[in-house]
Amino acid sequence: MESLLNKSRPAVFCPGCSHDTILHALDKALLEMGHTGRDVVIVTDIGCSGLFDTFFNTHAFHGLHGRALTYATGIKMARPELKVIVTMGDGGLGIGGAHVLSACRRNLDLTLLVLNNFNYGMTGGQCSSTTPQEAVVGSGFLNRLEKPIDICQVAGAAGAALVSRISTYQKDLVARLKEALSFEGFSLLDIWGVCPGRYTRRNKLTSKTIDSKLEGLPELPDFKSRNFRTEYSKAYRQEAAKLDVPKSPLTIGPTCMPPQEDRQEIVVLGSAGQRVITAGELLCLAGAAAGCHATQKNDYPITVMKGHSVSEVILSDTKIEYTGIEDPSVIIALAPEGVSRRKAMLASLSPGSVVIRAVGVELPDCPATVIDVDFKAHKIKSQDQALAALAVLSRQNKVLTMEMLTAALNLRFDKKVFEAAMTVIKKMRDE
Amino acid sequence: MAFSLMEGNEAIGWGAVAAGCNFFAGYPITPATTIYNTMLKLLPPNGGICLQGEDEIASIGFCLGASMAGMKVMTATSGPGISLYSEQISFAIGSEIPIVIVDVQRLGPSTGSATKGADGDVQFLQWGNSGGVPVIVLVPVDVKDCYELTVHAFNLAEQFRCPVFVAANKEVSMTRETFCMDELKLPPIVDRRKANSTDAFLPFGVSGDQMVPNFLPIGSDRLVRQTSSTHGANGYITTDPDEIAAMQARLEAKITRNVAAFSYFEEYCVPDAETLLIAYGVTARAARAAVEALKDSNRKASLLILKTLWPVSENLIRDKARNYKRVVMAEMNLGQYIRELERLLPDKEIGFLGQMNGELIKPKQIMELI
Repeated sequence: MESLLNKSRPAVFCPGCSHDTILHALDKALLEMGHTGRDVVIVTDIGCSGLFDTFFNTHAFHGLHGRALTYATGIKMARPELKVIVTMGDGGLGIGGAHVLSACRRNLDLTLLVLNNFNYGMTGGQCSSTTPQEAVVGSGFLNRLEKPIDICQVAGAAGAALVSRISTYQKDLVARLKEALSFEGFSLLDIWGVCPGRYTRRNKLTSKTIDSKLEGLPELPDFKSRNFRTEYSKAYRQEAAKLDVPKSPLTIGPTCMPPQEDRQEIVVLGSAGQRVITAGELLCLAGAAAGCHATQKNDYPITVMKGHSVSEVILSDTKIEYTGIEDPSVIIALAPEGVSRRKAMLASLSPGSVVIRAVGVELPDCPATVIDVDFKAHKIKSQDQALAALAVLSRQNKVLTMEMLTAALNLRFDKKVFEAAMTVIKKMRDE
Repeated sequence: MAFSLMEGNEAIGWGAVAAGCNFFAGYPITPATTIYNTMLKLLPPNGGICLQGEDEIASIGFCLGASMAGMKVMTATSGPGISLYSEQISFAIGSEIPIVIVDVQRLGPSTGSATKGADGDVQFLQWGNSGGVPVIVLVPVDVKDCYELTVHAFNLAEQFRCPVFVAANKEVSMTRETFCMDELKLPPIVDRRKANSTDAFLPFGVSGDQMVPNFLPIGSDRLVRQTSSTHGANGYITTDPDEIAAMQARLEAKITRNVAAFSYFEEYCVPDAETLLIAYGVTARAARAAVEALKDSNRKASLLILKTLWPVSENLIRDKARNYKRVVMAEMNLGQYIRELERLLPDKEIGFLGQMNGELIKPKQIMELI
């Protein structure tokens, strides 16, 4: 088997750089596993670790600092058959921290090699997320104030099943790389090494001191048994296979006639939970069933089940251009929360307009015809009041007919909900 | 005539699928979330992939990886998310990664108003990334446009290997509307041009008058090299000034030289009008109403609706404005695209109406402007 290293771009690192050792170990591991360049993609980001994709003769993807895992995720989801390897320094680890945590949680079959040399080599030896507090680096006193991250403990806590820490200079580096590469799921190897160009100029760090530091660390918990689960892309495809193929968008042909053909604006003013938005949609469907164009704009706060809910609907026999409300012909006023949002609109209604009001809701002075409805007396619950108001509207020979409303309910609901809706409507129509 | 009823965001989702989109990744944000909801409904049951990234940077990153692995990808967000996309957008530009990016604009600056519409990102979409290379930005007026322009956006992304924006607005994206699916005018689907199997593959190589490199996906039989660094035809870093200059020039020319082929617009010519109203996006609807209302008056105006904002359709705008004394524009910002008109039409009297209060510009306001 031939080396996967790039003959046209021989590796160039500073003399003594740990990355060079890791590069050759990775090549050996891939070779021993029987890989060729065609079934491997090396994804890298910025910094010295970002040279790996160039030095290998494999598929290569080099992107922005800290984001290598994001590209790798897209590649692996698109091509699950590829062996996807991400190299990242302790710089990329810090800047892309959210992606590291999410990769651990996701368990997509990627291998992340953290080439951990405790500083930013390429930009002048500044502190990174793993720089010891006692180290002397290019960031002045700043690293003394921040604790370094133990990425293995963090990765395990975030759900990674294969997490392991190793020195560049350990004899079993190739074996440990192979273990990580062959794991079906997310694996992270934290590989400690020296940066002779920057870090060890001012700090004593050798293979021996790395060994003693590693020995001094507590043993990692058994993340493998704690976090083992089905690999993400496999689990994704299993879940997706259970889903029903979505139906094509509904098409609505005209089945009835509208009471008026010109532009009609209807505004439903209510509170959250009154199904105001559904009522607006029903008006649109009713309009479409009568061959009308329809638009619906809604206005509600970020809260659910609290606050105002407003739906603005326009029906017209011609194409609707401006979707704002200019001269509403009907306003349905169900709750003070909605009314308070459209006070000016209510005050400037045309004399020919109609307001259907739930009793007790105060309105500003307006010249419209007001129809009071006592929903409580009809035993209509709050969540059915908007629908009940449509039933009231269908008796006014304005905007909506009963035929249109029935057609809308048929389009929108299954049989069970349709019947429940018709029961509500019957209560209002039998008055 | 049979209607379908959906909001703009749903139409963008259906349009994407019609264009062959099989990968979507996004992060929820009002008013773009319903695009993500739609893609989650449409893609996984049909063998596609829909992911929710841990943030916007991840979401677009997933898309870039998947696109280079051969999928047709889309992401959707609003202004705050476009800010986070910025570094990845410049990557897609410089490294010629096809992607459709939907910006459902909301009122800014910053987190602004999540549920109020605006067209405040119009210059930002073009210039909000490093490097200053052109992008393509399409702007829908209504739900039907959301569907059609999304299909065009995919085609353009594939043809030119670049990010293509659909610059929607909350007022189009979250407005439900009837439209007739049978009346959609959909172009034939375009796929990125594949490298043939005999020649040596250069990931960024072009020959003759070819402006866009041939594509092979990561994972194909021949090795593919993708990089965000300044590169030569072979995908390795280059420091050769001539090679760098040629690539930068090509990145610009492949977009700007072809703008006439994708200058989407509508026009309403009113005989004897001396004023041309130019509008885009949801404001074009009020503009149509205004022009219609004034067509028999002595203040009549013609209307040009631009659906391609970037690159600027310079020849089209100059040509359409030629016979008018005065050109006016209304837009839902404090004056962004009007700059382009002022630049192109120095000899015309220019009128402008900008509004940024979360409300639609009304037909009456435009009638006053005319």
